[in-house]
Amino acid sequence: MFGALVRRDVHVVSRELPFFLLRTTLQPIMFTTVFGYLLPKMGFVNQDYTGALLPGILGVSLAFASVQAVALPMVADFGWTREIEDRLLAPVPTWVIALEKVLAGTVQGVIAALFVLPVARLIMGPIPGLDLAHFGLVIVMTVLGAFAFSAFGLLLGSAIKGEQIGLMFGLIVAPMIFFGCAYYPWKALAATPLVQVLVLVNPLVYVSEGMRAALTPALPHMSLPVVTGALVAISALFMTLGLRTFEKRAVT
Amino acid sequence: MPPAIETRSLKKVYPAPSGRRRGRAGPLMTPGGSSAPTVPSGAKEIVALDGLDLEVPTGEFFGLLGPNGAGKTTTIGVLTTRVRPTSGSAAVAGIDVSANPVGVKQRIGVVPQQPNPDRQLTVIQNLLFHAAYFGIPRAVSLPRASALLEELGLADRGESKVDHLSGGQQQRLMIARALIHEPEILFLDEPTVGLDPQARLALWEVLRSLHAQGRTIIMTTHYMDEADRLCDRLAIVDHGKLLALDTPTGLKAKAPGGTLIEMTMDGPAARALALVESLPGLSRAGARENELTVYADRAGEALPAILRAAEQAGRSPVDIRLTPPSLETLFVSLTGRKLD
Repeated sequence: MFGALVRRDVHVVSRELPFFLLRTTLQPIMFTTVFGYLLPKMGFVNQDYTGALLPGILGVSLAFASVQAVALPMVADFGWTREIEDRLLAPVPTWVIALEKVLAGTVQGVIAALFVLPVARLIMGPIPGLDLAHFGLVIVMTVLGAFAFSAFGLLLGSAIKGEQIGLMFGLIVAPMIFFGCAYYPWKALAATPLVQVLVLVNPLVYVSEGMRAALTPALPHMSLPVVTGALVAISALFMTLGLRTFEKRAVT
Repeated sequence: MPPAIETRSLKKVYPAPSGRRRGRAGPLMTPGGSSAPTVPSGAKEIVALDGLDLEVPTGEFFGLLGPNGAGKTTTIGVLTTRVRPTSGSAAVAGIDVSANPVGVKQRIGVVPQQPNPDRQLTVIQNLLFHAAYFGIPRAVSLPRASALLEELGLADRGESKVDHLSGGQQQRLMIARALIHEPEILFLDEPTVGLDPQARLALWEVLRSLHAQGRTIIMTTHYMDEADRLCDRLAIVDHGKLLALDTPTGLKAKAPGGTLIEMTMDGPAARALALVESLPGLSRAGARENELTVYADRAGEALPAILRAAEQAGRSPVDIRLTPPSLETLFVSLTGRKLD
């Protein structure tokens, strides 16, 4: 029965995968093109910047692919289409349905990351500091980050109403991206200590730094144990809040 | 055998929204569609169900009749595990809805008021995946799905996207979906709202045949003729309370205002009226040219007396029409307002 829920999402997602990837990775790829290729070529930016940029771009891609994969359909399902009720008729506990959505979102986030990595590398050319020796660690960080943001997607998807989607993107997603150490490493924020401390509330920071620890370990990054611990804690927090919000919305 | 449905002192109160927050604070389940109570800011809590006691034996076609806001949707919501009762208990097929919602879901089929199919899937996929959610293997669900689509007149739409179906077709898909796992108990919330008369009659036939198969059917409606024609027993509810419970015939017999007797005479009825007015058990007697109209509490007893009065007035009837008391008049007398 859980398998059937998964199969349904696999069926729907795989049909829409190209559009999904396009939608969620276009912005990071464009950013990569401008800041990772054009600006260095024009000499405005040091070529070394690509080493700091790549992991962050991956982080953003996987985080926001995950959030969107879970939150957007869920807002619709709870809202105007009421399709959530089709799923809620299934004889499984409510939290199972939510969990399945999070897992499906995680997979989609990982797919987005695996898609962006070669594309970004292609755009930017050889990247100083890129080290794929620990690809297992890359996968672990990717999965952990995608899970954390899928759980965040569950929370957002259950909490917000249809008309608030625009607001959500403007007020939550955009600031998260810009202040998520995606385009610059956290360590380098030592130049502005106040900002360095303030951004620590942003879960994306830990995803970006996790990718830096895995992909460019020689370059400055937040320590791996800290990042891992933070991502686990964030996942637990969002999952708890998300499940509770989902349950409340599903059974009034 | 436990009753199909049993509720005891079922109560559901929706809390008042906090401060300035507006918007819906109610069940989002579509049975009843958008009838989740809208609690305006500053309002007190809403009592959707106020101590409802119901018992429906297995195999009965049971109706819940009442206007929007009566609590029908909330009742269905509680019984289908989508609404948490504030107090009291509810059990479906002997299983408590709060203690074991999964067990309840396995035994029920639900047809919501507004179709809510999986729009990412085709018609037949909706049925096959839904069956899979219930652990039914494809070898079983595929022939069953085909048979259901055939029975419901959707056989040629199997591969269509759901969005290409008309409202009536989508509603029939909802019925197929509700039946794919062969539940003992079927819940339908206002199933014929928005359907054209032909689709409505067709749906009634489907429901009759489902009932004939031995299923328990719980249906909410605000159409009195639907309730009258289909249901074994009927509960009239309003403001979360049970106002009356009986067979349709039994309920109609309680309708005050009585049977309407219309008699066309062979000449002016005025003199007959004068004599009829003094008869007991009659109300609102009137005459217009050759037409005599009177409401009688007991038409069978009144009729001979009226005929004798007419005869005394030198008149004989050429046409007599009787309109039995209706659920509508009963409802109005119980609640002071109309059904819709």
